[in-house]
Amino acid sequence: MDRVKRVFKNKNAVTLVLLALFYAVIAWMLWSGHITRQFTNMIIPMSMYIVLAVSLNLVVGFLGELNLGHAGFMSIGLFSGCLLSIALSGSLPLIARLPLSMLAGGICAGIFGFAVGMPALRLKGDYLAIVTLACGEIVKNVITNLSITGGARGLNTQPIYSGAKALLPYAVVLVFVTVIVMMHIKKSKQGRAIMAIRDNRIAAESIGLNVTYYKLAVFIIAAFFAGAAGALYGHFFANVKAVTFDYNMSIEILVIVVLGGMGSVRGSVIAAIVLTALPEIFRDFGDYRMLVYAVVLILAMLFTNSPELRSLRENITPAKRIREGFRKRHVARVLSGGQEKGGK
Amino acid sequence: MIEFIKTLISGLGLGSIYALIALGYTMVYGIAKMLNFAHGDVIMVGAYAGIVAFTSAGLPPVFTVFLSVAACTLLGVLIERFAYKPLRGASSLSVLITAIGMSYLLQNLALMIFGSQQQAYPQYVKLPSVTLGGITIDGITLLTLGVTALIMIGMSLFINRTRLGKAMRAVAEDRGAAELMGISVDKTIALTFAIGSALAAVASICYGLTYVYIKPTTGAMPGIKAFTAAVFGGIGSIPGAMLGGIALGVIEQMAKTYISPLWADAIVFAVLVLVLVIRPTGLMGKEVQEKV
Repeated sequence: MDRVKRVFKNKNAVTLVLLALFYAVIAWMLWSGHITRQFTNMIIPMSMYIVLAVSLNLVVGFLGELNLGHAGFMSIGLFSGCLLSIALSGSLPLIARLPLSMLAGGICAGIFGFAVGMPALRLKGDYLAIVTLACGEIVKNVITNLSITGGARGLNTQPIYSGAKALLPYAVVLVFVTVIVMMHIKKSKQGRAIMAIRDNRIAAESIGLNVTYYKLAVFIIAAFFAGAAGALYGHFFANVKAVTFDYNMSIEILVIVVLGGMGSVRGSVIAAIVLTALPEIFRDFGDYRMLVYAVVLILAMLFTNSPELRSLRENITPAKRIREGFRKRHVARVLSGGQEKGGK
Repeated sequence: MIEFIKTLISGLGLGSIYALIALGYTMVYGIAKMLNFAHGDVIMVGAYAGIVAFTSAGLPPVFTVFLSVAACTLLGVLIERFAYKPLRGASSLSVLITAIGMSYLLQNLALMIFGSQQQAYPQYVKLPSVTLGGITIDGITLLTLGVTALIMIGMSLFINRTRLGKAMRAVAEDRGAAELMGISVDKTIALTFAIGSALAAVASICYGLTYVYIKPTTGAMPGIKAFTAAVFGGIGSIPGAMLGGIALGVIEQMAKTYISPLWADAIVFAVLVLVLVIRPTGLMGKEVQEKV
């Protein structure tokens, strides 16, 4: 019994259990046919966005550097992984080919992550953001113009195309590996070092942390997972074009990370699921759905961050009121009418 | 040689448009310390305002220009008032996301109202091309260059010589201290957005007259390029934005003519990365000493 309690107190374990439940429900729906076509088509992209958001969170949330080129990492992994997979498609079955392809995609993206991480050592804040954005655009442009990747017509991935049912197990494994690795990094000595660099680089350096090493490691790890997710994603389509993976997509991933909460693995997972499902949920709005998405985005930011609206929000959130009630009663009991400090 | 000069001049024309947009980015960044991602879309709104005013309503060119500028200025001030002002003091990333949301909102509103088909911007200014020593220069390019030069001189004078300009510089340097000196920070920020958006309207007119076709996503790419230009020149620095914009435009046209139009974007961004790696604060950005 104590053990069960401990597991539930452990936030990471709860996240993993919820994620497992989520995928169990999806698998059940997929195999029993209780699922619409649109939703089936969402499963693999949704898994990819979870991996992208969680890995971007390592750069933005843990290391505190703004990265506007995450889609570029993913694009490199997608094209390199899929090219390998196409080359092997005659000789190897999916079960050996896809992990190999994901690994190759991840490694290629990781090498590129190292290349992008280099300027990150010299640049700060918005300057780094613009360099990552530029790198993403360079990747898009180069892949679009190379003949090996199919040029502007896109890469024909017909030979390696697999459906949602075939890809789901790999997607689940990738999502779990990414989430567990990130949770582990967050709790480890290395993770604390990364967050120390975020909070105060000079202080971190002065106690002997190797800033160069950690910054490069963060970029390489984040790029690796993005690349692996890209390789998986490529198998879900019959044709992939690099122009789809532009700065707009990088921004989409960043939106997921920020809405989910900087540095929160669970937040990134939930936000990735909700935000990829949102346009589908708003399908009834027809042409208005992107408009609704934009309005929801702005209102969410205003509601969670505006000092003026915060008091309004606190009045209408029941959880807060209940908590407040408990605290008031508790405080009253202990201090017998003592004043409590308001706000956070 | 003739081709080189022609490329240079068309590059200057493109660079002028980037510089006008980059000015808006850099001023807002300098004063409100935020990246206004919706700035590129203000240009698109300005261009559609021009189409509505001239093609649909049949207004004369002078009124069309006036209406575009007025619409953008109003839009800029409204965006600031309702989307950014409530977030004063929030983390810079949440402001960035709000700006991204605003950019989506503007694009999708335009998509709903005007449809996804591209529309022709009315060519209400017709200028004969000028031939000088075997080089033919498009009239509109000359107009763009002239207008940009005038605006840049005007902006420099405004920022450096007037009381309002001084207030803006003060807010950019230290918001708290400026407030203590009796400068209304809110008004100064609103003014910055108004000026930035008005410049975007001018850019939209130059863009429309040069490139003719307008779509709801028209503002995105020039917006990103101008943002790049602003960083290239050193974000927050007004001469930097002008220089960065023009440099970016010239590099882009040169790459298009001499290397390949397909690779132009990659080359522009590669040059940017190189410059930033060599000079981490941009061409004219100030190096801020870190204090422990």
